[in-house]
Amino acid sequence: MSRKPLAAIVSAGLSKFGNLEGLYSREIFAEAAKEAFEKCPRLDPKKDIKALYVGMMSESYEHQAHIAPMMLDWVGLLPIPAVRTENACASSGVALRTGILAIMSGMYDIVMVGGAEKMSHLTTTGVTEILAQASDFPFEQWHGISFPGIFALMANAHMHKYKTTQEQMAMVAVKNHKHGALNPKAHFQKEITIEDVMSSRPVAWPLKLYDCCPRSDGASCLILTKPDIARKFTDAPVYITGSAQAHDTLSLFGRRDFASMTAVKLAAQQAYKMAGIKPKHIDLAEVHDCFTIAEIIAYEDLGFCKPGEGGKLVEIGVTSLDGKLPVNTSGGLKAKGHPVGATGTAQAYEIFLQLTGDAGRRQVDGAEIGLAHNVGGSASTATVHIFTRAD
Amino acid sequence: MGVKCRKCRAILVPPRNVCPHCYSSGFDWIQLSGRGKLLTYTIIHAPPAQFQAMAPYAVGIVKLEEGVQLPGMIKSARLEDIKIGMDLVVDFETATPKVWPQWPRYYFKQP
Repeated sequence: MSRKPLAAIVSAGLSKFGNLEGLYSREIFAEAAKEAFEKCPRLDPKKDIKALYVGMMSESYEHQAHIAPMMLDWVGLLPIPAVRTENACASSGVALRTGILAIMSGMYDIVMVGGAEKMSHLTTTGVTEILAQASDFPFEQWHGISFPGIFALMANAHMHKYKTTQEQMAMVAVKNHKHGALNPKAHFQKEITIEDVMSSRPVAWPLKLYDCCPRSDGASCLILTKPDIARKFTDAPVYITGSAQAHDTLSLFGRRDFASMTAVKLAAQQAYKMAGIKPKHIDLAEVHDCFTIAEIIAYEDLGFCKPGEGGKLVEIGVTSLDGKLPVNTSGGLKAKGHPVGATGTAQAYEIFLQLTGDAGRRQVDGAEIGLAHNVGGSASTATVHIFTRAD
Repeated sequence: MGVKCRKCRAILVPPRNVCPHCYSSGFDWIQLSGRGKLLTYTIIHAPPAQFQAMAPYAVGIVKLEEGVQLPGMIKSARLEDIKIGMDLVVDFETATPKVWPQWPRYYFKQP
């Protein structure tokens, strides 16, 4: 490896994503934690884990703030220090980065990072209301723009600037459902067709229902260690070689280019530099397809193709499971689901599975370097992490 | 209306108390023309609760003559007539809400 890694992942856990009726977020998180602990018998969670960083987007779903000690209690890790991070949909991407910083500081050798969200018990209107809080209250929420509306404004700008088509956007959803059908934990495990997407009901033109990810319940977590002690706990660690975070305005309206997400470009540049690699070295990626257009724009902002060519990239199959650069083998946010706070570390979970050869029917053979792209709001927060398989 | 920073001349819409460019708090009010061109738009079919009765409606981002950009609902234009690049002007609702922000709600219409 050319650069010293920042941290190592020695284990990971993911709950089922979907409508988990009757379960609270704390219980769902405990499920994810249990998997991570069981997969790592050499780890003694109570003795070894020194801190917890957990992301959750909103207190409003369960009327519950102060989740740090709550999660500690439910995963049996009291009284270690814990912090809840909130960056809308990038909450656990930021939890991951914060855990990495904690390890790099030398303060802790082993930490747990993760995220959770419980959303399915509310109506669509109720969830829409809370999700809209990821946008600017006086200037976006107040005008009735709605969160899908924000991405629709970006989609229309991208279509106008680059002639991207609704069919190309639909291909993202079709691809991710195809992958999700191979993922037993995905919210949706059913394939769909372009016709299904094109005929789904309009949400915010040009985005239709099937251009939008579902509201899901779920949780995810990772166990991070200092790189040089990882092999005490697992024979197959995954090293984190790049970790970056950048921001843009909370609201969309003041930006110069609605067809690109500046914060993503900045975070990606920093992450590639830290890892000492270029976009062409990435073998697979989990990107933030909250809406189909977001994945197309992500290809461009992450340097997988030139600006404006994102639509073509998915159309010719480059980012399919059997393509040159598989994207969202988990099913992405669209099919795997998007329990908002859980998504960032869920992406890392998928990369962890892929780089340890544990992804079953959706395994990308020989994958060595993975990338996770987690975005909050209209990429007012962006985190990019790069993962490398152990030698 | 917007404000212009006395120190670095930046125009800020919405008005602020601290200039994010130079951190000065000295501002002059300026009258904007309210005229602009549509940069992008969408048609909302699944609105938040308070806007249910109005759906479907168009919202967009307009670049005003002075260079600042603003979002808002596009009214009194047929949805099918809305095009990127079209000319729009700002207008205001008559009532001012009691809750924050206590600005009269503005929207865009054809000139």
